[in-house]
Amino acid sequence: PKGAGNAERGKRYISKHSATCCECFVFVCLFIGYTAAKDVTYICPFVGALRGILTVTNYRLFFRCINREPAFLLDLPLGVISKVDKIGGASSRGDVSYGLVCKDMRNLRFVYKPPEDSLQKSAFDVLTKFAFPNSNNLPLFAFEYDQVFPENGWKVYDALAEYKRQGLPNESWRISKVNDHYELCDSYPASLVVPVTITDEELRRVAAFRAKGRIPVLSWIHPESQAAVVRSSQPMSGVSGKRCKEDEKLLQAIMDANAQSHKLFIFDARPSVNAAANKMKGGGCESEDAYQNAELVFLDIHNIHVMRESLRKLREVVYPNIEDSHWLSNLESTHWLEHIKLILAGALRMADKVESGRTSVVVHCSDGWDRTAQLTSLTMIMLDAHYRTVTGFQTLIDKEWVSFGHRFQQRVGHGDQNHTDADRSPIFLQFIDCVWQMTQQFPAAFEFNEYFLITVLDHLYSCLFGTFLCNSEQQRVREELSKRTVSLWSLVNSQLEEFVNPLYVHYSSHVLLPSVSIRHLQLWLTYYIRWNPRMRPQEPVHQRYKELLAKRAELQKRVEELQRDVANRASVSSERAGSPTRSITPVQTFV
Amino acid sequence: MLSLGSGGAKSTKPSFVSYVTPEEIKSEKEPQKKERHPNLLPGEVVFCSTNPILKYTQDDISQRGIFGTLLCTNFRVSFISDETPQEEPTQHFKNKLYGENDIPLMCVDCLYGVYDEKKKLITGGMLKNKYPSKMIIHCKDLRVFQFCLTFTKEEEAKKIFQGIVHHCLEPKSLKCVFAFSYANTKGPEMQRTQRTLMFDSQEDWSQEMKRTKGNCRIVTENQNFELSERLPKYFIIPAAVSDDDLSKFPGKGLPIWCWSHHSGCALFKASSLPVTQEDGVAQAWMERMLHAVAQTHLYSVKIEDLLETLPNIQDIQQSYTKFKQFFLIDNSTDFWMSDVKWFSSLENTGWLDIIRQCLQKAVEVVECLEKENTNVLITEEEGSDLCCVISSLVQIMMDPHCRTLTGFQNLVQKEWVAGCHAFLDRCNHLHQKDKECQSPVFLLFLECVWQLVQQHSPAFQFSETYLTVLSDSIHVPAFGTFLFNSAFQRESCLKATLQHSQRGPLSWPAVWDWSMQFDCKAQELFINPLYAEKLKQEKVLRKVPRIKHQRQLSLPSSAFKTPPKKGFFKDEAESLKKMLRVKRFSRWMVPPDSPAVATRQFYEAWQQKPLDYHGLLLPCLDGPAMRLWMQRYLRWTPEAQILGGGSVAITSKLAELLGEVRALQRELAQKGWWDSMGEGHHRPQTMSLALVRTSLRLSSYFPFAASRNWSFKPVIPTGLLQSLMVTDKLASQEDETNEVISLV
Repeated sequence: PKGAGNAERGKRYISKHSATCCECFVFVCLFIGYTAAKDVTYICPFVGALRGILTVTNYRLFFRCINREPAFLLDLPLGVISKVDKIGGASSRGDVSYGLVCKDMRNLRFVYKPPEDSLQKSAFDVLTKFAFPNSNNLPLFAFEYDQVFPENGWKVYDALAEYKRQGLPNESWRISKVNDHYELCDSYPASLVVPVTITDEELRRVAAFRAKGRIPVLSWIHPESQAAVVRSSQPMSGVSGKRCKEDEKLLQAIMDANAQSHKLFIFDARPSVNAAANKMKGGGCESEDAYQNAELVFLDIHNIHVMRESLRKLREVVYPNIEDSHWLSNLESTHWLEHIKLILAGALRMADKVESGRTSVVVHCSDGWDRTAQLTSLTMIMLDAHYRTVTGFQTLIDKEWVSFGHRFQQRVGHGDQNHTDADRSPIFLQFIDCVWQMTQQFPAAFEFNEYFLITVLDHLYSCLFGTFLCNSEQQRVREELSKRTVSLWSLVNSQLEEFVNPLYVHYSSHVLLPSVSIRHLQLWLTYYIRWNPRMRPQEPVHQRYKELLAKRAELQKRVEELQRDVANRASVSSERAGSPTRSITPVQTFV
Repeated sequence: MLSLGSGGAKSTKPSFVSYVTPEEIKSEKEPQKKERHPNLLPGEVVFCSTNPILKYTQDDISQRGIFGTLLCTNFRVSFISDETPQEEPTQHFKNKLYGENDIPLMCVDCLYGVYDEKKKLITGGMLKNKYPSKMIIHCKDLRVFQFCLTFTKEEEAKKIFQGIVHHCLEPKSLKCVFAFSYANTKGPEMQRTQRTLMFDSQEDWSQEMKRTKGNCRIVTENQNFELSERLPKYFIIPAAVSDDDLSKFPGKGLPIWCWSHHSGCALFKASSLPVTQEDGVAQAWMERMLHAVAQTHLYSVKIEDLLETLPNIQDIQQSYTKFKQFFLIDNSTDFWMSDVKWFSSLENTGWLDIIRQCLQKAVEVVECLEKENTNVLITEEEGSDLCCVISSLVQIMMDPHCRTLTGFQNLVQKEWVAGCHAFLDRCNHLHQKDKECQSPVFLLFLECVWQLVQQHSPAFQFSETYLTVLSDSIHVPAFGTFLFNSAFQRESCLKATLQHSQRGPLSWPAVWDWSMQFDCKAQELFINPLYAEKLKQEKVLRKVPRIKHQRQLSLPSSAFKTPPKKGFFKDEAESLKKMLRVKRFSRWMVPPDSPAVATRQFYEAWQQKPLDYHGLLLPCLDGPAMRLWMQRYLRWTPEAQILGGGSVAITSKLAELLGEVRALQRELAQKGWWDSMGEGHHRPQTMSLALVRTSLRLSSYFPFAASRNWSFKPVIPTGLLQSLMVTDKLASQEDETNEVISLV
């Protein structure tokens, strides 16, 4: 059933109930194709079969089971659905079973009796249509979402302001406009930081030598030692070992820009076998003959396909049921934490070279938009406390991931029904996981909390915000995302108190060197196993931190009040009145 | 000669580099020749000492070391550096009895000798004349020491090596344990800790029964151990047990009261009757015992034979022996090697699974008491191993008093010490050759408690540091707490020494007198800053109207309840007899569906109720919820340190906050406005502000290993990156080809 009246009713219906669902801060404004189906059974792997009403809008799937106390709700954005399976056709009762494979580790199963009237569209037809808008010539929901937030998240990242914060441009580095119209490299941002000694013309030649034109440019510079973190793609040296003198000059210039060291480390994120395999396709890695004073180090991080496979295995292990007595070996067999370890170890080595070795580092993988982004951003988090604040972290994502062309559209497959697409891979999830591992090891060093990281991941898939749409800055500008969609940071920055770590201490000069031993890496239970009700903590411990902070604030206030009071009395020197604090109940303490 | 420094099984690691030749060392050392002695404890005697010995510094990658004196006393093996000790202001957590380079004799776990680059386990018997070039000591608190003996004169080296082997590995008599010399010298000045109940007097037991509102009776007939040597002097049994029955079997099979639930039902433990007693007398007697237990409340009882479902003490020992190996790391190479298959290695030891099984069993018992209001009798061969684990865990889950520091100590004293857990045999304090009896049962219990603390931190007044220190204290031979197999043994030792000594009665200090080991500041770290203290008001409120227990899931409707599945009794004498003939009771009692499913449902039901840190507490038992006790197991491993990170980062921040809150409260008090209100909140502990003020970059395993200088260098896995993953095929063939094709 379609129609305005229905849509209105549906809107009221959902907003009434989603208010109880604390995970969703979404206000759906437009309802097209609203469909409700009664008498749908959701086969919950934890609770059992639940009968209820399924509602599908152009944004979400909403299922509510009424005959249960408390009512059971299921509320998920259609964007998280990667695949809709119609399992088992015509049973004797005419039931059809649907399986939804989700990007956030869940699989949902519904049993449903389709309407007799074959002309009428079933809820699942509508769902399939709106879950994959790109495949059905529909716009992503982000383009229709018009919630207004007090903060504008699109203003968080300004490339020039961020470079200025780092002290750039300076005598060694300039901001080049050579990519202003994305002609040099269509997957790079418009502003690039390059050594002053290299002309734009030389950059063009370098671009021809680097895969996809992704030339070595500065990501971060050490405020004291001037050692820089530089990112690029692989050189197109090929089997014959082609060379490019401008490229060699550029790397020499990067080394020279840092007076403290006469060495340069080139980190190739790949295993050396993969780098060698790439030579067959014209790629490869820097030879130490061509690049004097440079040392090439392989970081052995595997490619997107390996990572995708690893996550698939992980999903099998954690959802829906966990084999308790074989949990650890099952976890190990997914290799997920081993990959996390290698990524963190890579970033740690880079950070160490920059911080202790005062040496600049260049990092690349093949195209320089997956592993490279993971490594530069993690290194920057280790080295620069600014990126551990909420806005700093937003800047980091906007800079190293969004503007430098991590292919979000391809890797996530927004609104696309081709779930077997080999370009999909959980690279960004892995990065957030690494950040989470660091927050666990340094619980007071990050301004944001775990809920913030989970929110970022939820909206990576939700397609509610424009932040993670498209593949490059060029596409984003063309699509006018900042005008036509809302930034995720608008939501976050408008209700910051939800996302901050109450015990955060800002030590501006602290470098964080995490332990990369697998002993210290844990599976992020509250993300990967959050659908399992038993794994949910009754009360998050940070709740108690908050209470403690509130207690301090309260006491501080009371002391101030009293001081004022005393001051007043001293001046008036009046008779002793009843103490204002008497009526206040004793303080609950936490010791 | 210098290459001897590179002992250990692996030869890949860097070998010892010295910048001085041995000759130089000798000429340097000889004129000094002053052998340093540690500050000996009263009653401590030096057996032998040798200089110079090189102790490898574990936290240094280059395998360099410090020269010093190695000595062996009747208390410890001790190493004293030749370098003048620097005054270390950062030592927050100094143990007064032994320092970082001291190993109490009981704490020595294994001794290895490196002969010609080969590491060999040294056992007491096979003492050869040949001494090793390098000696590796693995400690029960998981420290690893490596000493190089090659710089010493041959005679000296032989002497110290044989001395250490003799005192650490050879069987010895109980009287040689240091506690005996120590206690003799101290004595009257040692005062009994006031707050912890020792359960060696009638008052302690009656106080405990009053606290839990139990309605059983105290037995005084064992005052002189006439009933049994394996029972405490005083104990509590169901009121319905007759005096005749009490002495029928020598202490065996008696249902000993552990704890009473507020509903009236109670938890009992019992050892098994001797197997030979198959006659009707024993059966009839057993029947009467069960009747007596059942009469405590609602005429119902559930019997749990723990050995039926839980691993026995040998299983526990075997599992722990495998498990601990992963933390006794000799060098960096080993560390990164074991990092590769870490999770499956841990799983294969089965240790975490044993912990889960114990918690699971405890939850099952809790369910009976809480949900069914059924009396529970747990039984086991001796009644003093797993019975202690389960009954203590049940009490911690159900009784918030046991989650306070004092309450917990009372509990250990009641169930374990007075309850005659055979500490002496289980810990093998005397290095008996026959290791059948050795098993880390008490440690297993602490592990289970740690899991609970980890999952529900605000419910516990004590911290994980407290648990870690307690686990270390088992092996400090200065205390009487964990030294004996039973109260009887303790008493008879006391009597025996009394005859020889003119100095008056012996009194071994209790481990609970923490000031013997740590100063007040250090003891502050035993307190959990996040503990949700119960409000005074609440307590008053609860007393007046007897509130129905929050988590009461079902209230019995009739006084004579016969639960359909689990209860039996009433007049089912026939079936009872049948049951008694079958030795395993619990098979009849447990519903056919898996207990795991039932406890899971029980947990889920509990989880949905509002959180109450002073009510029932249940652990999540799913695989991922079982964690590794990182502080205990990884605290000495330099590769596993996180500089400036770990939970200490939170603790110090919390301490800072608490300090501020207190300063504000004080300010209010000074102004006179706080008066009566502040009274209830004067805590004896003040979280150390010093902790905050000092270096902000503490190691993650603070307060342990605090005096070591951790290098600020990141720990990067060396040379292993390549080998880490190639062994396994990570992705399907399809993907491998993709790599080449897609260049990504």
